[in-house]
Amino acid sequence: MSRTGKSHKRLDGFQRLLLLLVICMVMLLGYIIWSTPGSKPVLTDAVAQMQEYSGVESPVTAVLLNFRGYDTLLEVMVLLLAVIGTWSLTEAFFPVQGSEISPVQMGAVRLLAPVMCLVAAYLVWQGSHLAGGAFQGGAILGAAGVLVLVTELPGLRTIPVLSLRIGLVLGPLLFTGTALFCLFITGDLLGYPKGAGGWMILLVETGCAVSIGLTLALLFAGGRPDKESIWKNNP
Amino acid sequence: MITTLIYSLTGLILFGMGFFTLIIHSHPLRKILAVNVMSTGVFLILVATAYIPLGEGEIDPVPHAMVLTGIVVSVSVTALALILACRIQETSNSSLPGRKQQGEVPEESIR
Repeated sequence: MSRTGKSHKRLDGFQRLLLLLVICMVMLLGYIIWSTPGSKPVLTDAVAQMQEYSGVESPVTAVLLNFRGYDTLLEVMVLLLAVIGTWSLTEAFFPVQGSEISPVQMGAVRLLAPVMCLVAAYLVWQGSHLAGGAFQGGAILGAAGVLVLVTELPGLRTIPVLSLRIGLVLGPLLFTGTALFCLFITGDLLGYPKGAGGWMILLVETGCAVSIGLTLALLFAGGRPDKESIWKNNP
Repeated sequence: MITTLIYSLTGLILFGMGFFTLIIHSHPLRKILAVNVMSTGVFLILVATAYIPLGEGEIDPVPHAMVLTGIVVSVSVTALALILACRIQETSNSSLPGRKQQGEVPEESIR
């Protein structure tokens, strides 16, 4: 499609055929959605019955970290894999040090970053009884990390790489450790012992929130820490 | 019921638009964006199926949990795909196929 031309480029035969096929597919899928009997959640009752055994009051958190905990464990691993893939491909590029940070930006970061960390912690804690949890808290932590990254604080270069690596694997390690612990105690992977589900879920969620936040911020940075100029290993 | 339908059909149209763009454009960035639009449509449909009017019972938590993790995973997959696309452009000598078709050779078919 030409951007400069007055009219868009006409579609050729193949594209018209494709457009027709896609419209047919969308209409077919639309008919399926239309004809699906009204929302009759099947699993709501099942979740509600087991809710008291899950250790948390929020049904979404119960599904996420108890009933379907295996899914979430693997998804946390996918996030870790994405960072590993990014780090193995490129180095993070940052402009050279010395650029002035505008006072307005500095003030905004000073004001916002701590509040964002606080909100993230609150969301993780709130996940046990209301909407919230590791993924929401992690997203806010990631946003705080992005805010700090775009400000190019000079302190960023002194963060030891090891601490970043530990932060990245904290969530997956805690999750796997909890799963194996439950395997030894109750005989089921992620089958939390009776009564201990609540604090175990909170522990896993806290670790995962830190890891998810770091993952998102480091994906934004877009590469492994550059050994020479930034993030060098300070003793 | 009508609310669910509106959201589901919107998600479906997003999915269709993304799918069409995914096929006809050859530039990697457009493909990544198209896959993103498609996944947004799928998330919208999933959340819409879990929608229940206020006061008519509990929400279905299973689709919500799936979408919750899916959004974060799709963000990270997008980041990885973008970096892969950048690497492809850096390591290949010729420019990306989509760019050529935009500029000098507008008549060239996208096939």
